[in-house]
Amino acid sequence: MEIIDNSATENYEESPGKTSRPKWGVVLVWVFVLGLLAVLGLGLVRTQRGSIRVGDRVPDLVLTTFDGDEIDFADHHGQIIVVNFWASWCKPCEQEAVELEQAYQMYKDQGVVFLGVDYVDTETEARAYLAKFGITYPNGPDLGTRISQAFRTIGVPETYIIGPDGRLAAAKIGPYLSLDEIVNQIETVMAEYK
Amino acid sequence: MRSNLLLRKLQMAMGITLGFILLSQVFALPAFAQDGGPTDDDVNVIARELYCPVCENIPLDVCPTQACEQWRATIREKLVLGWSDDQIKDYFVDQYGPRVLAEPPAEGFNALVYILPPVLFAIGAFILFMVMRAWKVEPPTPKGKGVSVESEDPYIAQLEQELRRRDE
Repeated sequence: MEIIDNSATENYEESPGKTSRPKWGVVLVWVFVLGLLAVLGLGLVRTQRGSIRVGDRVPDLVLTTFDGDEIDFADHHGQIIVVNFWASWCKPCEQEAVELEQAYQMYKDQGVVFLGVDYVDTETEARAYLAKFGITYPNGPDLGTRISQAFRTIGVPETYIIGPDGRLAAAKIGPYLSLDEIVNQIETVMAEYK
Repeated sequence: MRSNLLLRKLQMAMGITLGFILLSQVFALPAFAQDGGPTDDDVNVIARELYCPVCENIPLDVCPTQACEQWRATIREKLVLGWSDDQIKDYFVDQYGPRVLAEPPAEGFNALVYILPPVLFAIGAFILFMVMRAWKVEPPTPKGKGVSVESEDPYIAQLEQELRRRDE
């Protein structure tokens, strides 16, 4: 009887067509796995890209200020735009708040636009912060975090200087340590576009 | 005489005590029940469904940062104004984007969150089914087939014949 069983096993092995998976199923599984890997890879690339780089074109964005005005970045092509990301809960932002206002007062008549983007903040505290540091240049909330996502910010404070051609000319990750540092960066950008 | 004096003093003491009690009732501030304002629990019911983008993976109800405290204060403000839970969540989505929601809406790229698990489960079940089917042992070959095998190998045929003869 055992001999007969062996022969049965031989027959079983000789007929692989009965046990192989259908090819369409294998293809489907592979397509799905590769698709999943592609999606994960794209996500990884996006997260690893870091902030927007100098020379990159800055997308056209609209900042709605706390006063309800809409400031379209595209309307300021041909001008230097200083975009500062801040938040009322951000202690390092306080280090540069007064200096940024001073820089704004220095350059507002030279065609340099200053914009403050309030990142993930509450309006009451944001307004109190602006009053506390006497900030007068246009400021508004980052609605839907669309602006910070466009700049791919990693935190606050961060400041980006956009050249007249709409490309990023300079960036500062972290707070400016002095008014001179702000002035130097703006002057450098102005010299580049002369 | 002495007992009358004692009685009069006692009456006076009782009168003063009664007077104090009456005065305290007149000047006492009425104690009202709580005015029904939102409690921390009310705030946290909404807060636990939100995530501050600054503090990744920490629900708003337990996030200790200043930013999150401000958010919780905003929730309280909106509750005082009579906003519903959904209105408050919509407000936060408008302000900070859909990523603040613990359960992202099933739209666009977020839809993968809802589609992938069941699809992966189905694929896993399919693979498991195929593997189990491959493991299944073929049923034993019928006796007739064994006879034909016997005839193919002279040694086995002879052995089978010997065994059969013994059985007889």
